[in-house]
Amino acid sequence: MPSSRDVVFVDGVRTPFGRSGPKGLYAETRADDLVVRVIRELIRRNPNLPPERVDEVAIAATTQIGDQGLTIGRSAAVLAGLPKSVPGYAIDRMCAGAMTAVTTVAGGIAFGAYDVAIAGGVEHMGRHPMGEGVDPNPRFLSEKLVDGSALVMGMTAENLHDRYPNISKERADAFAVASQEKVAKAYADGRIQPDLVPVAVRTAEKGWGLATADEAPRPGTTMEGLATLKTPFRPHGRVTAGNASGINDGATGCIVAAADTAAELGLTPKMRLVSYAFAGVDPEVMGVGPIPSTERALRLAGLSISDIGLFEINEAFAVQVLAFLEHFGIADDDARINPYGGAIAFGHPLASSGVRLMTQLAREFGERPDVRYGVTTMCVGMGMGGTVIWENLAWEGAK
Amino acid sequence: MTDIREIFSDEVVTRAIVRDVELPDGAGTMALITLDNGFDHTKPSTFGPAGLTSLAEALDAIEARTDLAAVGVTGKPFIFAVGADLKGAALVADRDQALEIGRLGHRVFRRLGELSVPSFAFVNGAAMGGGLEIALHCAYRTISSGVPAVALPECFLGLVPGWGGTQLLPRLIGPAAALKLIIENPLSQNRMIKGRDAFAAGIADAMFEPADFLEESLRWAAKVLRGEVTVTRTDHTAENWAKPIADARFLVDMKLRGASPAPYRALELVELARTASRDEGFAAEDEALADLLMSDELRAGLYSFDLVQRRAKRPAGAPDKALARKVTKVGVVGAGLMASQMALLFARRLEVPVVLTDLDQARLDKGVGYVHGEIDKLFGKGRVSADQANRLKGLVTGSLTKDAFADADFVIEAVFEDMKVKQQVFAEVEQVVSAECVLATNTSSLSLTEMAAKLEHPERVVGFHFFNPVAVMPLLEIIRGERTDDATLATAFAVGRTLKKSSVLVKDAPAFVVNRILTRFMGEVIGAVDEGTPLETADHALDGLGLPMSPFALLQLVGPAVALHVAETMHQAFPDRFGVSENLARLVAAGKPGVFKPDFTLDPEAVAFFAGGTSPSTAEEVRLRALRALAQEIRIMLDEGVVAAPQDIDLCMILGAGWPFHLGGVTPYLDRTGIAQPRFLPPGVASLPA
Repeated sequence: MPSSRDVVFVDGVRTPFGRSGPKGLYAETRADDLVVRVIRELIRRNPNLPPERVDEVAIAATTQIGDQGLTIGRSAAVLAGLPKSVPGYAIDRMCAGAMTAVTTVAGGIAFGAYDVAIAGGVEHMGRHPMGEGVDPNPRFLSEKLVDGSALVMGMTAENLHDRYPNISKERADAFAVASQEKVAKAYADGRIQPDLVPVAVRTAEKGWGLATADEAPRPGTTMEGLATLKTPFRPHGRVTAGNASGINDGATGCIVAAADTAAELGLTPKMRLVSYAFAGVDPEVMGVGPIPSTERALRLAGLSISDIGLFEINEAFAVQVLAFLEHFGIADDDARINPYGGAIAFGHPLASSGVRLMTQLAREFGERPDVRYGVTTMCVGMGMGGTVIWENLAWEGAK
Repeated sequence: MTDIREIFSDEVVTRAIVRDVELPDGAGTMALITLDNGFDHTKPSTFGPAGLTSLAEALDAIEARTDLAAVGVTGKPFIFAVGADLKGAALVADRDQALEIGRLGHRVFRRLGELSVPSFAFVNGAAMGGGLEIALHCAYRTISSGVPAVALPECFLGLVPGWGGTQLLPRLIGPAAALKLIIENPLSQNRMIKGRDAFAAGIADAMFEPADFLEESLRWAAKVLRGEVTVTRTDHTAENWAKPIADARFLVDMKLRGASPAPYRALELVELARTASRDEGFAAEDEALADLLMSDELRAGLYSFDLVQRRAKRPAGAPDKALARKVTKVGVVGAGLMASQMALLFARRLEVPVVLTDLDQARLDKGVGYVHGEIDKLFGKGRVSADQANRLKGLVTGSLTKDAFADADFVIEAVFEDMKVKQQVFAEVEQVVSAECVLATNTSSLSLTEMAAKLEHPERVVGFHFFNPVAVMPLLEIIRGERTDDATLATAFAVGRTLKKSSVLVKDAPAFVVNRILTRFMGEVIGAVDEGTPLETADHALDGLGLPMSPFALLQLVGPAVALHVAETMHQAFPDRFGVSENLARLVAAGKPGVFKPDFTLDPEAVAFFAGGTSPSTAEEVRLRALRALAQEIRIMLDEGVVAAPQDIDLCMILGAGWPFHLGGVTPYLDRTGIAQPRFLPPGVASLPA
């Protein structure tokens, strides 16, 4: 058994993201069916991967009950028709669930326990609203382990504005407008569609349809329009529905493999895993999480922030991206940041988003052979950040 | 003429819901129609006038558009569509209405094949009758490999697939394959085929797995539209149609001897399909549908279908289900063939320990060995897994003593048909079992009340009369003795349900229902032969009914000795109506298996036993005599309260004797031929309305 092997990202796909709620795209679609679609599409898109060679299916979900329960990695693998010999499990790190699924199977691959794994995540926030079934220990508050605002993500975003007084609501809104514009352009340029899995959706009232595009983007969003939105988390606050990600439904998945196995099978990997790190911060300012996790991942990789040519940073809130940029001295409109736009427009079905970042980075890498390194990073509830650094296998410098 | 929508006023309307779908790879917009009656899969979508109108309106809207690349049709989860609304069909009162039903269906369905853009059917679930015909009208079809049932069951009921099926299917898959679906399968206990078989037969152009059936179907449709996939069709009109049609006609004649018109009309229509234009073919279907909808055979078929679908599931007179006691272990007294068959059935369906007892170790070993051997066969055919086979074998054991019944909840005896023997057996069993343990008897003719009379707890004795072969025949006559209590009866019905049998409650009366009617019927035919009617004449006198076999063929199947034994029992009970044929007794004494040789030609030696009669009857006289006897016996049985209603008689004859749907079992036939005076059922129940 090799003690360490290179780990590569072979391919990633996702369902279109829907808006949660009774009128949403997936109002009457099960969460596990979304995962099934993702797994089957990954297998179909990679015919050189014999399904029985998948050694693990790791699927993240924040709320692991109902159609997101029953050890969803295993149950979705069975439902997807993978051989029964393929095991699976469920994993949770809230927003960084899918990211953690990837890093965890990557660790297993590097150790030699697996050759190939499927990792992904799902969150149907319509069927499973945030906080469903949670039972916080009273000691959190009685012993002041965390601030009362820590469990309400919008409040943590307001707290982050307090910590970074330079980040105004206007800056946050401007970032949000840009995110919407970038998503609209990426769609117009056909950058998003190739990695979407169409999903047959049905409601009793409307019959069968087909989800082929994200439901959440609001092209044409303007500063003026955003200025009128309420600040639900604080009177005269800064965080609005317009400069934050929404409440969404969706699933993602990717194939992660040992570089040697990918070569053996004739797979076409797009990125090499360079390093990853997770870090904890004060839960009431969870949005700063990506800063220490990225610093740690860079240190592990022996790289500096200037080596990074592309960033896919999850836009849970505009302020949280801006805090990251402020810390590293990067301009708000730096072209390396989320070139296809981000979660403010696409939506953020919690545990699924990590692999969306990776899938988009992989596609950006393909178009940018001049870029060698990229970062995927995101903040996590309860005060964490996660970062994965990738090397572009299409990098021209290697040829 | 009444508007046909008024006749179908109870129609559960299947809505055609239209939604636009953007097809992959820029193939354009498809208007996707979902057929959905608003209920879950337990109530499949069907079509009456309102449903057809909904589909027509959907097509109106689609035709008004110019932005569409294609039209698709699919069903609600697990169901594509299962055909015409049968409840309404039974209420059609005149031929004009009947004709309009055919025409309306054609008018709407054919548009799917005549749109300016290609149409696709995505057969996601069960597709039967008119449901399958919708798919056939489309230009292309995909089918899910998970579809459990594809069928054109019309001939089974007494109709033809007359909304395009007889014209479109033979052209699509060739006459031989089409006739299998249109004629052979419906006449073979209404056999259905699965999605994979339908694809193999050429009914669908592509097959996809259920997990993402619709997504892959839409992707495939996009490829067809973009020209990346080409569907090639064979022109079957140049093939030899005469031979498959002659083969099918032979089969229909063998099964029905002309007794029911539907399959014959279907044959004519298929024959027409080779050369007829769509207009001609569909018009011929309309005429056939109108004639058949106005036929008593169809009305009897619909009545029969309702009996086996509904009444069989809610047996008349069965006590409250809640009274049933749990059965966690079964005892079987005896280890003969019948006992072993029962043990296997109990083990497979109840999945509880089953103990066979016999006084003789060799017989016991043989009985248990038979059951284990049958389980091995099931394993060999892949019907049970290795683990399940191990489990089932472990469940079935033998014991020389009845102590093994101590913790049984249900003990059934299948010992020799002798009252003293059976009474003795029950007395012994009662010594070891609890006071609540049900004691069931598989007797086919002995009095249950008498069997229970000497027991400490006669209230727990019930009759549980299977038909041979036990694993196959769907009927179970459950007999209530004079002292049988409700809990015992409820337990018997619950066990019957778990065994997947259709149970009918029968009063303790000689030979119960099926054997009594068959014995009376055969007795009249044999009586006519005894009097001098040529055996062949008498045996074929009732061919026009289309029974599954002739009286002497039935005698052969049952075995002359058994038939004689039952006849004697019945003669004892009702000497003036049930005779005992001395000729039959001589046949039995000679050890003959019947009047036929193994090749089913008459055995002259056996026929000779029936010679000597001096007052022969004509075939017509035999027919009238047998039918009048049937009507008389059934009337007496109803007067005696043997069963609750004529419907139960019919259900028993359909499920226990295989009597055909087009007779409605039997009482609808006796009514419509005027033999029954007065009628058993009011006009309109199983016949055309008055």
